[in-house]
Amino acid sequence: MGKELFYYFVYPGFLFIAITGGILSWYDRKITAWLQFRKGPPFLQPFYDFLKLLLVKETILPAKGSKMTFLLAPVLSVTGAMLAGILIMVPATGIDTGFTGDIIVIFYLLTIPSLTYIIGALASGNPLAAVGASREMKLIISYELTFLLAVAAVIMKAGLSISMLDIIALQQDGAFIGSISGILLFVVIILTMQAKLGMVPFDMAEAETEITHGSFIEYSGSAYALIKLTKYIMLFILPVFLCILLLGGFRLDGIHILWSVLKVLGIVLLLTIIRNTNPRVKIAQAMRFFFIWMNLIAIIAIVLILFGF
Amino acid sequence: MGFKEFCFKKSLWLFHFGGASCNNCDIEILACLTPRFDVERFGMQLVGSIRHADVLLVNGSINQKDKVRLLELYRQAPKPILVVAIGACGCTGGIFAESNVFAGPVDKIIPVDAYVPGCPPKPEAIIAGIVKLLNKKPAKQKTA
Ligand code: SF4
Repeated sequence: MGKELFYYFVYPGFLFIAITGGILSWYDRKITAWLQFRKGPPFLQPFYDFLKLLLVKETILPAKGSKMTFLLAPVLSVTGAMLAGILIMVPATGIDTGFTGDIIVIFYLLTIPSLTYIIGALASGNPLAAVGASREMKLIISYELTFLLAVAAVIMKAGLSISMLDIIALQQDGAFIGSISGILLFVVIILTMQAKLGMVPFDMAEAETEITHGSFIEYSGSAYALIKLTKYIMLFILPVFLCILLLGGFRLDGIHILWSVLKVLGIVLLLTIIRNTNPRVKIAQAMRFFFIWMNLIAIIAIVLILFGF
Repeated sequence: MGFKEFCFKKSLWLFHFGGASCNNCDIEILACLTPRFDVERFGMQLVGSIRHADVLLVNGSINQKDKVRLLELYRQAPKPILVVAIGACGCTGGIFAESNVFAGPVDKIIPVDAYVPGCPPKPEAIIAGIVKLLNKKPAKQKTA
């Protein structure tokens, strides 16, 4: 019992994921600063931001709107992200829980943060938040099918196994990325992650310059701190999920630590560079992009897998 | 300095309110965020919603119409919030002080924590003002 609690709350669970996510968020901002020839924030900046919001600032509730839903939405988003994170990290660090089919549960849990953003935004009663929520909804509709196709392709590649441990074990001699279909899937999943994380080409739901933080416009204080925490968590667990699906796992023992860290840093670097070199697209363009091009690539990858490439 | 205050001072998020400004101060504020001066080094960030703001930067002369909006913004901001008046217009009224729509310098409308004079103040002066603000003892009623 004590060991399980340690797994879930300390390592590789809650605390580990939250702290690593914060560090990755600093890394993302620092790389952004370097790309713009700036110096960037200090190392502990994400933690200062989080603690300031949590401890110091006042939380304002919307006068018109559902207060309970407004406050519960961030709590649910952290819970969803954290459950997904634990389900991803536990098999990644080689702990066998005997849970087959976890990949499907993770797929659903990863959708919860976006859904709760929508619920919270609509509960706040702010018109700009409503615009943000409607955009977020359209974005979910467009990327979720692509993500499902990509995950299904990986499952097919793994010989129809729906357990994370099996997928990791299968890649011990040669990761899935070392094939044509693997590379296509990598491209698809990276761009889907960009949309899931709400990063720049697909950040229309919280576009600062047009709808001033969109879905999050009404959040302040501790409620916003929880949303920040969700963002840190997502920034860590999605790259780890990608590592497990295509790059041969995320092991944290011996020399493997170095490779695992490099893999995650590399993926986040790629995400950051995409985010800094692209303009924000319109929601219709994003939908077309995912519906036509990304789905096409994912289907091509599936066909290639059927022929054994 | 307590732990809470330390975190607060390490992560100030800025919200920019331009009154009836001649737009020169706005440009100097933007210059603080550019690679040359980069206030993100101190953890400062420009945010788009007053709900996320810790510092309210006010520049330009405040006329009758701005006054209503400025009061509303101050009321909507989550406390504690610091207010910085930027430019001669924000501090005293500057060249607009005798205009018939002028509604008073910023400190007649809302409490101000720091003044950065100049027409327009250089980015260096704005950063110096921010540093003074960081070293200042917090006022009692400011902590939530
Ligand atoms: S202080 Fe000077 S530069 Fe700034 S808004 Fe007023 S007139 Fe313009």
